[in-house]
Amino acid sequence: MAAPRAFLHLASSIWKWGPRDIRGLSRTVAPEGSWRKGRALLQFLADHFYDVKALREYLFRKQVLKVHQKNRSFTHIKEQYGPYIAGAYFVLKQGGAVKFQGQEWMQSNGRGRFSLDFFKFQAVPVEAVDASGCAINYQGLDNLLALKELQSLSLQRCPHVDDWCLSRLHQLAGSLQELSLAGCPQVSERGLACLHHLQKLRRLDISDLPAVSNPGLTRILVEEMLPNCEVLGADWAQGLKLGPEEQS
Amino acid sequence: MLRRALRLGVGRCPLGRGLGTRRGGSTLDWDGKVSDIKKKIQSVLPGGAWNPLYDTSHLPPEHSDVVIVGGGVLGLSVAYWLKRLEKRRGAIQVLVVDRDYTYSHASTVLSVGGIRQQFSLPENIQLSLFSVDFLRNINEYLAVVDDPPLDLQFNPLGYLLLASEKGAAIMENNVKVQRQEGAKVCLMSPEQLRNKFPWINTEGVALASYGLENEGWFDPWCLLQGLRRKVQSMGVRFCHGEVTRFISSSDRMETASGEEVTLKRIHEVHVKMDRSLEYQPVECAIVINAAGAWSGQIAELAGIGKGPPGTLQGTKLPVEPRKRYVYLWHCPQGPGLETPFVTDTSGTYFRREGLGNNYLGGCSPTELSPQEEEPDPGNLEVDHDFFQDKVWPHLAQRVPAFESLKVRSAWAGYYDYNTFDQNGVVGPHPLVVNMYFATGFSGHGLQQAPAVGRAVAEMVLEGHFQTINLSPFLFSRFYLGEKVEERNII
Repeated sequence: MAAPRAFLHLASSIWKWGPRDIRGLSRTVAPEGSWRKGRALLQFLADHFYDVKALREYLFRKQVLKVHQKNRSFTHIKEQYGPYIAGAYFVLKQGGAVKFQGQEWMQSNGRGRFSLDFFKFQAVPVEAVDASGCAINYQGLDNLLALKELQSLSLQRCPHVDDWCLSRLHQLAGSLQELSLAGCPQVSERGLACLHHLQKLRRLDISDLPAVSNPGLTRILVEEMLPNCEVLGADWAQGLKLGPEEQS
Repeated sequence: MLRRALRLGVGRCPLGRGLGTRRGGSTLDWDGKVSDIKKKIQSVLPGGAWNPLYDTSHLPPEHSDVVIVGGGVLGLSVAYWLKRLEKRRGAIQVLVVDRDYTYSHASTVLSVGGIRQQFSLPENIQLSLFSVDFLRNINEYLAVVDDPPLDLQFNPLGYLLLASEKGAAIMENNVKVQRQEGAKVCLMSPEQLRNKFPWINTEGVALASYGLENEGWFDPWCLLQGLRRKVQSMGVRFCHGEVTRFISSSDRMETASGEEVTLKRIHEVHVKMDRSLEYQPVECAIVINAAGAWSGQIAELAGIGKGPPGTLQGTKLPVEPRKRYVYLWHCPQGPGLETPFVTDTSGTYFRREGLGNNYLGGCSPTELSPQEEEPDPGNLEVDHDFFQDKVWPHLAQRVPAFESLKVRSAWAGYYDYNTFDQNGVVGPHPLVVNMYFATGFSGHGLQQAPAVGRAVAEMVLEGHFQTINLSPFLFSRFYLGEKVEERNII
């Protein structure tokens, strides 16, 4: 009995907006708010119509699949040209930049195209990778972990890099000296804790990590854990609440 | 006529369906009339199960294909995989019955939440590897449209197991098996251990094994709530009640060798509602026993173990509740951010909790003194002397910084302890043909739940294990006397 009544109630609240009201809302409310309103409508539809729900589930699965597909390994290239070329190809394909030892930085142009000149550097190890803003996830990291002489790795603002990924970086412990995790939305102090494997690390950037609960304290603890490493970002006083007398 | 009958019925409405609550005495005659009228209405009105006089929305459905006893993480995981592996959407009706939806006594939420691959049995390692994959992709498996993503709070810091001289050889063998199965585990000498973790006292340690990936601890509550949310969105029904009785039929059959066996089949499950005498018989095809520490009682209700000892009929499900303590202490000078989940040679374990130098830990009583000092599992009271006498000395010996610590709080939880060989029971019972088990994991049920749920669902739907072969964990091993034991390193 309860379900139909709730349905009526919700339906009436939606009807009450009417077309005029919705237009009025869109003029006054900030984009964030209107997005939420659209969200509520979608939610209402998904709650009451199986096909809407199924469609939304399908779209979500499609999104996930897209990320997975972007992160698949290029086994063919790896077999034919070795791990360095495969790793570099992967990063360039994702829109990042690569530096072979003794060479210039390489990067794709604005339209995602890049020259395949680097295929001749089969024996030259990759020493730096800048994967800022790439959609690398746990699986995609396979390609980077094969680069055994990697010294500098930048994973700035990577939306799919999380604590699980950081726990795999111990495979690069022999060479990695610089690591930047600035702006990764899913990295928290739990993942930072397993960077203790990287004893050669000289520079670590952990600024602007929204998932870290106590940035100041975390920075101190990371510095304790990696005594030879310069830790950037997250001022030690960040996250502390100012007392009332200091605020005034 | 009909209207009068309806009014009469409505007048006696509070009587409800609670046949048990019916008062005897002077109203006997009246009762007879009411049931007469009810029958008449039922024959007149269309639709068999439709009963307009009483509100039965609080009762479980009268039919359900699968009834899962126990709404902990194992039961929910079985429900999830049943719904996910079904061929057509809505093909299977699943009902989860649990008597404690606050989870105040559930082993799931009272556990420490660790996950490791450092077992000695290949099956356990495979289960754990599958589960870790599930947990890593939890937001893809358990995604619900419009609900926020789950934050599992996974700490990927690994397990550090320490072995004494005696256990070193076993540990080496175990690590070999673990590596074969694909776990990332490394061995460390006391020297390496001292370099890596300077706060450890390596006295009496001959070898250590350390998990590099996929090991650590997570928030059990998050997994439980995620499963519950997803399963609910998939159409599984929940019921707050207790299973009090199984109605079953039995068939006498003869084996090829002329022995007589009695096969039982459960047809109905009586679900007693919480805090009332009202009960609802639920017709079902399959019962899954995932009642954790209390699954032994559920098995007994189904008649398992009621027979002459030494026969298959007389073989009980050897699962019983065991009380285990967990202590939370504060130690300002304690080990830092890199602290893994340490398990000492004595069986004492601890892990870091949060950033404020707090630590969680405890010790399993049996590993210290077998048989003698098992605490009374009747309540969940904590024995603080146990920490003073049994846990702290070992802790302080292993980590000198723990000499000065302060216990902040403590709690107790139940293990679904398998007294036979401390491993899980999975799959159907050989005689009660439609009761399936997912229980008895003796402390590692939480970390293996996603994989076990899948195995049981495959057994129910396909009749055999597909992803991971768990046939060593079948019930028949109790009768055959084949122990499947973890080889501990202590």
